[in-house]
Amino acid sequence: MYVAVKGGERAIENAHKLLAEARRGDPEVPELSLPQIEQQLSLAVDRVMTEGSLHDRELAALALKQARGDMIEAIFLVRAYRTTLPRFGASEPLDTDNMAIRRRVSATYKDLPGGQILGPTFDYTHRLLDFALAEDGVHPEARVADDPLPQSMPRVTGLLDAEGLIESSEVDDSRPVADVTREAESFPADRDARLQALARGDEGFLLAMGYSTQRGFGNTHPFAGEIRMGEVAVEFIPEELGFAIEIGEITVTECEMLNQFKGSDTHAPKFTRGYGLAFGQCERKAMSMALVDRALRARELGEASGAPAQDEEFVLYHSDNVQATGFSEHLKLPHYVDFQSELSILRNLRRDHDTKAARKEAAE
Amino acid sequence: MLSDATVDVSARRDWMSVLAKAKAPSLLELWRDRPEQRLPWHFIRRPEVGLTMLRGRAGGDGQRFNLGEATVTRCSVEVDRRLMGHAYLLGRDLQHAEAAARLDALLQDPDYQAELLRAVIEPLRHAQAEERALASRKAAATTVDFFTLVRGED
Repeated sequence: MYVAVKGGERAIENAHKLLAEARRGDPEVPELSLPQIEQQLSLAVDRVMTEGSLHDRELAALALKQARGDMIEAIFLVRAYRTTLPRFGASEPLDTDNMAIRRRVSATYKDLPGGQILGPTFDYTHRLLDFALAEDGVHPEARVADDPLPQSMPRVTGLLDAEGLIESSEVDDSRPVADVTREAESFPADRDARLQALARGDEGFLLAMGYSTQRGFGNTHPFAGEIRMGEVAVEFIPEELGFAIEIGEITVTECEMLNQFKGSDTHAPKFTRGYGLAFGQCERKAMSMALVDRALRARELGEASGAPAQDEEFVLYHSDNVQATGFSEHLKLPHYVDFQSELSILRNLRRDHDTKAARKEAAE
Repeated sequence: MLSDATVDVSARRDWMSVLAKAKAPSLLELWRDRPEQRLPWHFIRRPEVGLTMLRGRAGGDGQRFNLGEATVTRCSVEVDRRLMGHAYLLGRDLQHAEAAARLDALLQDPDYQAELLRAVIEPLRHAQAEERALASRKAAATTVDFFTLVRGED
C-alpha cells in the first residue's frame, strides 16, 4: 500500500531546484541548444521518438535535455506529452517501396539490383576512439557521386517471390487496425497489435529477446534479407478534402528478416518473414523487432517450443520500458505502512519460532 | 466560394505536398512580400497542433499496423470571402500552417495560380529536389563495387 505523506513539500521543491542546477552542470560550460541535440545526438533523438511513439525531432531533443540524457526518462516525458494532444486521425500506410534511400543492404544477395548502399553507418568502423572529435572545428565532408541512386529499388522479398520461395503477405484493408494505446492488450494478439507494441518497445529488451532466438531459444535461422533507411512521404486524408495529401516526410529504418521454414502438412517449405520498422535511423531496433516479430509467429506456423521470445504474453507485457520503469521504480516511493505491517508479522513469526525452538530444546 | 470541382485535384495535391515539405523559413521568405498578402482573409480554424497515427504495413506490403504518432498542425482559412484553403503539416509550426493554408486558398484561383506557382511553389520544389538529389548522390558514393579476382588458370 502506498500512503500519501505530508510534510515533504519543501524538500521536494528544493530537490527540484537542485535537479535543475545539476541538469545545467557547470555554468562555465556553454549550454546545449535543442538544434545541437537534434543534429549531433540524432540517434538518441531517433530512439526517443521511436519508443516515445511520437515523431517530433524537436520535442525529442527537448525531452533529452530535460532528462539529462536519460533515455527512458525522455521517452516517458514524450509519452506524457502526447496524451495532451487531440488525434486528427491515422495516416495512409507508409510506402517504403518508394523510400528515398540513404542506406540499403542485404545479407542474402551480393549483386542485388540497385546495389548495396552502405550510407552513414557504424559498420566497418574500427571502434577506436577518435580523439580528433575531442577538439572543436572538425568539418567533415561526404563524397558526392556524379549521379543519384535509382528512383526505386526492388525488394529482396520481391526477388524470392518471383520464384514462389517466400510467403506472400495477406492484405485486407477492410479490417480495423488494432491500437494498443487505446484498447487493452488481449491474447492471443494479432500481428498488427504485436507490431505496434514491438515498435514502441524497449530496444534493449527486444535486442536481448532477438538475440535469445539466435542462440537457440526458439531458433529461427534468420538472414537480414534487407535493411533500408531513408525518407518516406506521409499521406493523410483530411475529412474536409476527402482525398489523400502529403503532409511531410520522415526518416524511417526498415528491416525484413528472412527465416527458414521447413514446411508442414499444409504448407510447402519456404522462407518466412519477420518485420521491423522504426522512426529515424534505428537499425538495431528495427533488426531486433524483426527477429522478435518472427519468433512471435511461432504459434501461427506451428513451431512453438516454449522459448521466451515465442511467448507473446511474456514479450508484450514486458517490452514497454515506461510501464516497466513505473512498476519497478515505484518501489522507492514511501511504503511505510506496508513495511510496518510486514515488520509486525515478521516479529510475531519470529516470536513463535523462538518459542517452539525453546520448547523443543527443553524437551530434549 | 469555388467548388472543389473547378480545381484539379492532382494539381492541388501537388502544391499542398510542396508546401508541406517546404522548410518553414524558405516558405515564409518567399511569401512575406507577396502582393496577395493584402487580400482580406480570416481563419476558419486557427492553427491547431494535434497528432496523427502513422501506419506501416507488415513486411512493407501486408496487413496495416500502427507504428506511432506524429505531431501535425492544421489550419483552415478563407481568403477574399470566397477561397477556402487548408493545411496539414507534420510538426508544430503555426506560421508555416497559416502560410500554407492561405497559399492553398489563393492557388485555387486561376487569377493568382500561375504567378504563385512560379514565384513560390516552383522555387520550393526546386530546393526540395536539389536537397534530395544531393542526399542521394552522397548515398550513391557509398555503393559497394564488388569485384571478383581473376584467377590465371585459363
